[in-house]
Amino acid sequence: MSKTFLLDGRPVPFEDGQSVLAAARKAGHYIPHLCWYGHFPPHGSCKLCVVKIGARHVSACATPAREGLEAESEIPEILDTRRELLAMLFAEGNHFCPSCEKSGNCQLQALAYDLQLLAPIHNRFFPDRPVDASHPDILLDFNRCIFCELCVRASRDVDGKDIFALSERGIDKHLVVKAESGRLGDTDIALSDLAANICPVGVILHKRQGFAVPIGSRIYDAAPISELDLADEEASK
Amino acid sequence: MTSAPKLRIATTSLAGCFGCHTSFLDIDERLLDLVEVVEFDRSPFTDIKHCGPCDIGIIEGGVCNAENVHVLREFRDNCKVLVAIGACAINGGLPAERNHLDLQDILIEVYQTGPSLDAEHAQIPNDPELPLLLDKVRPIREVVQVDYFLDGCPPSGDAIWKFLTDLLAGKTPSLPYPLRHFD
Repeated sequence: MSKTFLLDGRPVPFEDGQSVLAAARKAGHYIPHLCWYGHFPPHGSCKLCVVKIGARHVSACATPAREGLEAESEIPEILDTRRELLAMLFAEGNHFCPSCEKSGNCQLQALAYDLQLLAPIHNRFFPDRPVDASHPDILLDFNRCIFCELCVRASRDVDGKDIFALSERGIDKHLVVKAESGRLGDTDIALSDLAANICPVGVILHKRQGFAVPIGSRIYDAAPISELDLADEEASK
Repeated sequence: MTSAPKLRIATTSLAGCFGCHTSFLDIDERLLDLVEVVEFDRSPFTDIKHCGPCDIGIIEGGVCNAENVHVLREFRDNCKVLVAIGACAINGGLPAERNHLDLQDILIEVYQTGPSLDAEHAQIPNDPELPLLLDKVRPIREVVQVDYFLDGCPPSGDAIWKFLTDLLAGKTPSLPYPLRHFD
């Protein structure tokens, strides 16, 4: 008999070494996430997968499942925390959805719809983050970066090119390109690289493909990310 | 039979493009149902110049100049419920894309040094009738208390209809998933 833990009172089977998030997802229970990617070790930076275990808030992606564990996810306290995290991301960067090529396919936007963060909570920072259009095929719009480091990890661990990094700390943290000039055009990134295709928001964009899909037909136009993420999991089985 | 008094609605566009108002008209023939239960106060639909006591105020556009601040405060003072409609009112939207630039630099480039301008003679408009620009464009919630937010650029006619009918029925407006749009 397989081992189980409880998620919102429902038993979830797991295998040793699985995280709470991965086991829940496999069993058809969605826990929101932005920086998690099944093929990478957990990163635990976006904190959207926060769940309550005992009196503590922990990241479900970085918490190993264990027998008898009781995690709470769909409770007002945790849902409010997730909305607060999203609201801070929206306030910190420049997320002007109507002009963003990723709109409709953006996981940050899709999570806001699904978690019903439909009004701002904080005043906007309006940071000044110039774009990098130096590469012939790929545009970098740093205004939308949420510091998930998916591109950093993909480029370093899968593509073997190590093109991206986060620089500085706290409010000064920002995505940088590891070239002498700091420009993407001076790297050997290619459209087929995982790093060029993994951004959950609208930072790393393929040029000359924007707005190709009409409103109504984009990934998250008709169905919420919670459904589609579980469908992805089902398709990967 | 006496009918219930009609609710009064005022609308305005601040630093917006009137796209949200245009989308309002996309409720099409449902306008006829709407005017059975509401009447319009200050609005581009009526051309009334100042807002009187109202039940609902609907604000399109952010706050980019001194006049916007006055109009917004007039609405807040007169409307029991204030609604921010569209990306500009909610987040600053397109006009707020200027916020990372220096205002004086923008004015100089737009009116004096930009392509095809006569840099020697071109002037930055300074008629005293013109409202003074703010250094940053602000979402309206950074100036007054806002009660409800209706996202979209613009929100669709269907979203506006669902939002209004909920509000008129005394319910907290709630949009089903496909009507939730930031674009």
